[in-house]
Amino acid sequence: MSLYRDEGIVLRTQKLGEADRIITLLAKRTGRVRAVGKGVRRTKSRFGARLEPFTHVDLQLYTGRSLDVITQAETLRPYGERLTGDYPRYTAGVAMLETAERFTPEEKEPALRQFLLLVGGLRTLGAKVHDPRLVLDAYLLRSLAVAGYAPSLEECALCGARQDGSASERSRAFAVAAGGVTCQSCRPPGASTPAVQTVALMTALLRGDWPDADVSEGRHRVECSGLVAAYLQWHLEHSIRSLRHVEHV
Amino acid sequence: MYEGVIQDLIDELGRLPGVGPKGAQRIAFYLLAADPEDVRRLASTLVEVTERVRFCRTCGNVAEQEECRICRDPRRELSVICVVEEPKDVAAVEKMREYRGRYHVLGGAISPIEGVGPEDLRIKELMVRLADGTVTELILAMDPNLEGEATATYLARLVKPMGLRVTRPASGLPVGGDLEYADEITLGRAFEGRRLLDV
Repeated sequence: MSLYRDEGIVLRTQKLGEADRIITLLAKRTGRVRAVGKGVRRTKSRFGARLEPFTHVDLQLYTGRSLDVITQAETLRPYGERLTGDYPRYTAGVAMLETAERFTPEEKEPALRQFLLLVGGLRTLGAKVHDPRLVLDAYLLRSLAVAGYAPSLEECALCGARQDGSASERSRAFAVAAGGVTCQSCRPPGASTPAVQTVALMTALLRGDWPDADVSEGRHRVECSGLVAAYLQWHLEHSIRSLRHVEHV
Repeated sequence: MYEGVIQDLIDELGRLPGVGPKGAQRIAFYLLAADPEDVRRLASTLVEVTERVRFCRTCGNVAEQEECRICRDPRRELSVICVVEEPKDVAAVEKMREYRGRYHVLGGAISPIEGVGPEDLRIKELMVRLADGTVTELILAMDPNLEGEATATYLARLVKPMGLRVTRPASGLPVGGDLEYADEITLGRAFEGRRLLDV
């Protein structure tokens, strides 16, 4: 029996047997881990409440044959407490957890940058300073960047020609399959034509330029969310189920 | 492994929740050795359940008629509805023998990660029940976990314009437990909901 200790964010829980749960977490050193929390569904469980999604926990586990087993859990930060009382933030948070799970397909493959990004994203979401839609889109864009799929927003994704806000309407093409904005000559069939402000908003979110992002208009936020969701699901080759349920304020 | 119907029985039993291949084999051989009359009674009960049990048209609880026993009971208060996730939660609250209102079974909780949204639950049916103004209190007794809390938040926000009294059962220390073993989240909730001892 090998014991190990790590801290992580609980991504998902599934019922197992009478009173157990399978806890999926993104751990700081170990990466994505699936472990059994024995008896956590019982009301007298010592650490049931600590193993709820969104909770940042310090865990002790032992390596099992197929699943590891959680032997101790201490709460570091319960991010879920601040999100469940605010439905739009809760749905945005769940989409962040599901995305983090999808970006770490291999169990126990360290993913420190994805972990740090998720902690930062949940902290920002819980702070209730920015629109949850913006926080979610910023997280999605940056998790794409960490995974090596950052969209090209200032240069043509195909030929590298610099694109700026003064370019003509037709040149502001955004082609998901091409990897971002494209110039007029490279524009592939079926590319969308987002507003200059939408592309600027995406750039601000990718950079973490919150003053610019916070003053953006609602219609550009809606367009940005649509493009980010399409771009994410194209590169993941998988749909993010919770994105459909994200409630916008 | 085995021939014909014995293997079929093991396979069917193995599909039940919490029953593995070994357990299925053990139950199958127990049934083979049991009194044939007992086995026939079990088989007829299983058939009867599938034929007779349905969901109450009012509250969504399991019932043998159009409406469940609780919805048909005229002694039950019409002004209070306790909203729960599953029919087995109705049984849990009933065991308390304190609650005299009626129920509404949602059929689950909002879980975006599992693809379950508000439109997949019996929320529309609840709103229809609340529309005539008879109900004055809604008790949101969803599980005290993240999904249950989010569902409660969603419902509370939805019914707020109706001016109802919306309550949620208290969360806190289990009776018979030791304080030192309580986790900080549960303990925090217990302190938030502390009550005055009027002695």
